Amino acid sequence: MNWEFIEKYLPLYQKAAVLTVKIGLLGIVFAILVGLVCAVVLYYRVNIARQIVSFYIELSRNTPLLVQLFFIYYGLPKIGFAMSAEQCGVAGIAFLGGSYMAEALRSGLESVEPIQRESAKSLGMNSVQTMRYVILPQAVSTSIPAFVANIIFLLKETSVFSAISLMDLMFTAKDLIGLYYKTTESLFLLVVFYLIILLPVSLLGSYVERRVRYAGFGS
Amino acid sequence: MAEKILEIKNLTKKYGSQTILDGIDLSIDKGEVVVVVGPSGCGKSTLLRCINSLEDIDAGEIVHDGHKIGMVFQSYELFPHLSVLDNITLAPIKVQKRDKAEVKKQALELLKRVGLLDKADSYPRQLSGGQKQRVAIVRALCVEPEILLFDEVTAALDPEMVREVLDVMLDLAKQGRTMIIVTHEMQFAKAVADRVIFLDGGHIVEEGKPKEFFENPKTERAKKFLDVFSFDDYLKDGEGI
Repeated sequence: MNWEFIEKYLPLYQKAAVLTVKIGLLGIVFAILVGLVCAVVLYYRVNIARQIVSFYIELSRNTPLLVQLFFIYYGLPKIGFAMSAEQCGVAGIAFLGGSYMAEALRSGLESVEPIQRESAKSLGMNSVQTMRYVILPQAVSTSIPAFVANIIFLLKETSVFSAISLMDLMFTAKDLIGLYYKTTESLFLLVVFYLIILLPVSLLGSYVERRVRYAGFGS
Repeated sequence: MAEKILEIKNLTKKYGSQTILDGIDLSIDKGEVVVVVGPSGCGKSTLLRCINSLEDIDAGEIVHDGHKIGMVFQSYELFPHLSVLDNITLAPIKVQKRDKAEVKKQALELLKRVGLLDKADSYPRQLSGGQKQRVAIVRALCVEPEILLFDEVTAALDPEMVREVLDVMLDLAKQGRTMIIVTHEMQFAKAVADRVIFLDGGHIVEEGKPKEFFENPKTERAKKFLDVFSFDDYLKDGEGI
């Protein structure tokens, strides 16, 4: 192992890690928003919107992120939607993650007993208030483990960003290997940086899971 | 002449081809306590659910002139993610937009009245069934309904917890609340009711004062139903099956 090499290129990895986290987290935030909307549409069985959402979920889950990114990065500009590589990365994660988040939240929503809705209605709540104060908090707490798994999965998926020339961790490692043939060092740094990003997410996730496990109260 | 608070005319409810309620006519006066009894599947719960618009009705009408209706369920249906106090104050604060401090004060007073002041910060899962049901009653009261519906609220409780819930309901009756109660607790029905309605096959088969109904039921159907709750025959001849 060449430690001088590692020391020299450490800042490059740091920069790449920041980019990975930035695009990954931003994409995940949008993925959660997309997932929330889709899950509510599925839960209330809104006509037409429901068919669109189901189509989107199948499309998104059954195609690789790499293909989705190519479509967004090379395809969309042809019909007038040009975005920067970073924006494409965010859009890609949001497109892929949205369907996973939707499914996670939908199963959470469906785990809430329907009579809770009646209970809320009997107290005078309308459907928006019922969703916001009664159903959603219970659903989210049930869905937390799935959310955490999805977040980790999506952060790992950022490794295909190099295909649209984003200088993320994977790109940096491949670049250095290509330039200097320092395969061991480059890959070592790659693994270490992914762990630095993902381990805290994983640990934080288990902590949150333990804290909000109140979905079974009352029954 | 008492003031009429709720009037049900020719109420009909079907599930598919099955008629659950078949032309129910019923009017309730302010301050009246009406107990609805009948065999399972006779439509008692459906009647309450129709009154509270949890079910669409197929024919007839329910006139409550904007009087607010509250309901307590057999399975409590407290919100598991909220503390007892938040369960009670959620609707008054978020729906009725009432003053937070005032609602909280009212909630604590009501909790005190049902003997659960020390449970205000507990979560539903930390309570016994009887305690949960008393909280559910307080929660229903806190939105200040003019008519209270009770749907077999003691049916899921252990016997020793039934009493604590019934006592709360007796107390409410004494305060002059308008209540419609579906129950299988016949002794309680006798004690609390101003009027008993016997429902069978989606019809009101018999109605009357509790003493009359329980001691001298007029219809065969009601007699047969009430016999289920009595062990007199067994005690009389002392023989097994």
